[in-house]
Amino acid sequence: MTTTAQPLTRPRGESAPPGGRRSLRRTTEARWGLLMIAPLGLGLAVFYLWPMLQTFYFGFTAWGPFGDSTWTGLDNYLRLLADEKVWAALRNSLAYTGLVLLGVPLALVFAVLLDQRKLRGRGLFRTLYFLPVVTMPSAVALLWQYLYNGDFGLVNQALATVGVAGPSWASDPGTAMFALAAVGVWMGFGYNLVILMAGLQTVPRQLYEAAAIDGAGTVRQFVSVTVPMISPTVFFVSVITIINGLQMFDLVYLMMPPGSPALPATQTVVHLFYQKSFVQNDPGYGAAIAVLLFAVIGLLTVLQFRLQRRWVHRG
Amino acid sequence: MASRRSALVVSYAVLALGAVLVVGPFVWELLTSFKTYPDSVRVPPSLLPATWDASGYTRVFELVPLGRQFVNTALMAAGRTVAQLVICSLAAFAFARLEFPGRRFFFGLFLVVLMVPAQLFVIPQFLIVQRLGWLNSMAALIVPGMFSAFGTFMLRQFFAGLPRELDEAAEIDGCGPLRRYWRVLLPLSRPGLLALAVLTLLWSWNDLLWPLIVTTDPESTTLSAGLATLSGQHNVEYPTVMAGALLATAPVIVIFAILQKQIIEGIATTGSKG
Repeated sequence: MTTTAQPLTRPRGESAPPGGRRSLRRTTEARWGLLMIAPLGLGLAVFYLWPMLQTFYFGFTAWGPFGDSTWTGLDNYLRLLADEKVWAALRNSLAYTGLVLLGVPLALVFAVLLDQRKLRGRGLFRTLYFLPVVTMPSAVALLWQYLYNGDFGLVNQALATVGVAGPSWASDPGTAMFALAAVGVWMGFGYNLVILMAGLQTVPRQLYEAAAIDGAGTVRQFVSVTVPMISPTVFFVSVITIINGLQMFDLVYLMMPPGSPALPATQTVVHLFYQKSFVQNDPGYGAAIAVLLFAVIGLLTVLQFRLQRRWVHRG
Repeated sequence: MASRRSALVVSYAVLALGAVLVVGPFVWELLTSFKTYPDSVRVPPSLLPATWDASGYTRVFELVPLGRQFVNTALMAAGRTVAQLVICSLAAFAFARLEFPGRRFFFGLFLVVLMVPAQLFVIPQFLIVQRLGWLNSMAALIVPGMFSAFGTFMLRQFFAGLPRELDEAAEIDGCGPLRRYWRVLLPLSRPGLLALAVLTLLWSWNDLLWPLIVTTDPESTTLSAGLATLSGQHNVEYPTVMAGALLATAPVIVIFAILQKQIIEGIATTGSKG
């Protein structure tokens, strides 16, 4: 046993001058680093990064029936601009997103209620509200189709007790978008709530105490303490809600069967993208729609980050 | 004091109303699954089944190969999750702890995947899978989902939050990068790994678009896409459909019931959703 604190094992061929050892260790470390990111890097390159570049390229091509593609320049994009279905889908996606965004203030109210110190059963409520978040959208859609049924659905049966005859919510073009967004809010509520609750917990209690000493009541405390302190979390939740809302596909696909009279009033951009790319075998046009969606999401996200300076409080 | 108590009462009332709106549909689903068809479309409805009839739970297996799809879904979810835990944690360790050329570049490049909508990948992914002859196979369902920029980012943040002294001590003891990863950081990262595992499991289980695209055969698709075929059929047998929806959701609900603390906190801290 030697008394010096030497490494028990030494990499092969190391001959021990201090500087040399360090640089050798650095090259082994560099090798390990590259080796350890290699599986991920390979997978992401093959299945994500390269496909992303291909999609941009595909947007400039048209596809024949046998998978042969030809360069068509801006044709797809010109077609897109003139396509009433694309504009309708864009309007529908924006409308859906706007409606589900209303779920954010709703979740904030519930988060504040749950944040009260004296309240019991906080964990139970949180768990219950979270249930739809983990439920499979396919199952959720089947359930709500049944609840929305015009003749015997639970929604209309409940309305009938107060003398209101409701429509076939999910298949009436006038109400389908609201019906869809209501399910979207129902599914996303628990998620927004949990994040907002976590945000509320970071608000220092002393701020409320100080406000109370200054004579601020509950409402005043909410407006002057809670809202500014929680605004970064609200901002985050809104950004995520908008990004997810613009990518809505599942509920439309599941609740609006082909030929449904309400489909034109609810078809979202991603649903149209799916139809064009995989049902009507027009991947060039589908790729152009995907690029359009990317641009819209990017634009709205940048816009939100610009606007947040006006309302988000940074302590 | 009285006003404060009444405020609390109002709070409970609002929270309870919310709970009814959220949980009520599930209760209705469960009750309907035990009704007969005429009972399920009765006006006005009866809360409890007139006669308790569980035949929907067997009938649904005649409409869709639910058992087979259950196995497919479980294999897909498990395969993706195990692979992500290994692949993402290796890369996350390297990004958090090792110095190597191109570290920042690669990290930034991988983050690009996180920042663009998934629709930008799907068409070429489908073509790759088709060219490999993987359509209607487990490989198509699993392989592209094995690599996750999100999982890597999340674990990197987790590793970066652990004190560096730990692995520096190990390094002085002569541990190489692999041993520091395996023996020092991974055992300390159970909460992070569990959060990633649960989230990946959940998203995979519920994923709809990808199974729809790469499978056409009901025998080789997942529960999510299988259930979708039940929707919109004319003259829907509601008790049967509700039974199917409940069966497909049950495993996730059970996992949620057991791990709800980790799931909710995992989501609250990472702010992530599929």
